[in-house]
Amino acid sequence: MTPPDIGLMLFTAAFGLVGIGALGIVMANHLVRIVLSIVLLETGANLLLMLSGYRAGAVAPIIVDGVVPASMVDPVPQALVLTAIVIGVAVQAFMMTLVLRLYTVYGTLDIRELRTHLERDLAKAAGVPLPGSADAPLDVPATVMRKGGS
Amino acid sequence: MRNYLSLLFLAGLAFLLFVIAGQFEFGMAPMLVGSAINQASPEQVGAANIVTSVVLGYRAIDTLGELAILFAAATAGGLVLGHAGTSARHDPDAGFILRAAADVLFPLLLMVGLFIIVHGHLTPGGGFQGGVILAAAFFLPLLARPGTRFPHGSFAIVEGIAGAAFIVTGLLALLTGGEFLQPLLGQGEMGGLLSAGTLPLLYIAVGLKVGTELAGLMAHIAEYEALDP
Amino acid sequence: MESLANWIVLLATVIMLVGAVAVLVLQNYLAAVAATSVVSLGAAVIFVVLRAPDVALTEAAVGAGLSGVIMALCLRRLGLHRIEGTAASAPQAGADTDGDS
Repeated sequence: MTPPDIGLMLFTAAFGLVGIGALGIVMANHLVRIVLSIVLLETGANLLLMLSGYRAGAVAPIIVDGVVPASMVDPVPQALVLTAIVIGVAVQAFMMTLVLRLYTVYGTLDIRELRTHLERDLAKAAGVPLPGSADAPLDVPATVMRKGGS
Repeated sequence: MRNYLSLLFLAGLAFLLFVIAGQFEFGMAPMLVGSAINQASPEQVGAANIVTSVVLGYRAIDTLGELAILFAAATAGGLVLGHAGTSARHDPDAGFILRAAADVLFPLLLMVGLFIIVHGHLTPGGGFQGGVILAAAFFLPLLARPGTRFPHGSFAIVEGIAGAAFIVTGLLALLTGGEFLQPLLGQGEMGGLLSAGTLPLLYIAVGLKVGTELAGLMAHIAEYEALDP
Repeated sequence: MESLANWIVLLATVIMLVGAVAVLVLQNYLAAVAATSVVSLGAAVIFVVLRAPDVALTEAAVGAGLSGVIMALCLRRLGLHRIEGTAASAPQAGADTDGDS
């Protein structure tokens, strides 16, 4: 029983992660799930970057006992991915702080509800009637709309 | 409407990825700079771990930018969440098992983290990995006893000193006539603990900075007042 | 030896893809966070096979450890941390009505 081709499997994994992560960002309605999808996409992108540096039959780029091996894998993508992972977790923590703050202010994390809340608050702060409400004028220039709405 | 446009974007992304996949064969790295670095690194830098010589030698300015992003994320996190008030409600202490395990694990995690940081130029590991372990070590007491005050002030001082040390090391190289962040102090014997010039010192600075920043960020999240009892 | 690496990669790939799908479909958010950690663990295994021990160490420490801790802390603060998903996620899931109330 022969296993499938290693390159095919690795590309499937990387593309699958990127695709599932992007799909999650587009389709999910809950902010926590969107953050998790971004993490998935990040893992897939890192994996794709690592695949570009692999050399068949090479060893890890570490010199043991002063003997330089004949063929080593590319160290540059490894260094890039190394820093990208740590940046990723810091940015993820920052995204979660924003999510916490949003939940404190609005009490919900559903992006459809958040959009209505945000539209209402923006309209209130700008002094214009909510788009689509009974007060909103249909085709009036912005200056007139501001005067009439407040 | 928004979903259809996004799905169209996804289709474009998939097409782009398949074009990239078609461009190169698996196992045949197309980049030439990697082999050049593999050849030149033992003489130029002298670190047994070539990834370390890339992170702190050839692409050290990238690492500096990465530290800047970490700093920005940690600072912004603290800014968004704010400091915990003195009257803030705390979670109760954890159970006996977690408290006892935290006391036992704290020195062990500290030692493992420092070991990984100090041997970053010899074996797999280094400032980033060890720094994350240090962050876990610093955060563990807060997890076991949520009532304890996290020393944000002293952590910020350590973080600032570590970041400044990284830049000062780079500037010293500039003063002695080299490039910015060029390794100094000679190479030593490859494989020894005191080898590869200033790379271990830079990695210690990176490790302390990553550890304190991530621990501070986690402490900010943990101190944020719980909404749900 | 090469065949062994292929089997390991096959196992890790299947675990990662199943975990990624689970992140999107699981109703319980704590379980979704755990699935993210599983995906990171599979990625760490693949990085070892790709001769990148540095990256594997980072991914295992960060992706499978620290990231899960941060997400779990935040879920605790958001009140989504209960193991039984229905009580915590029901107000979020059934939010089809307009939020003007």
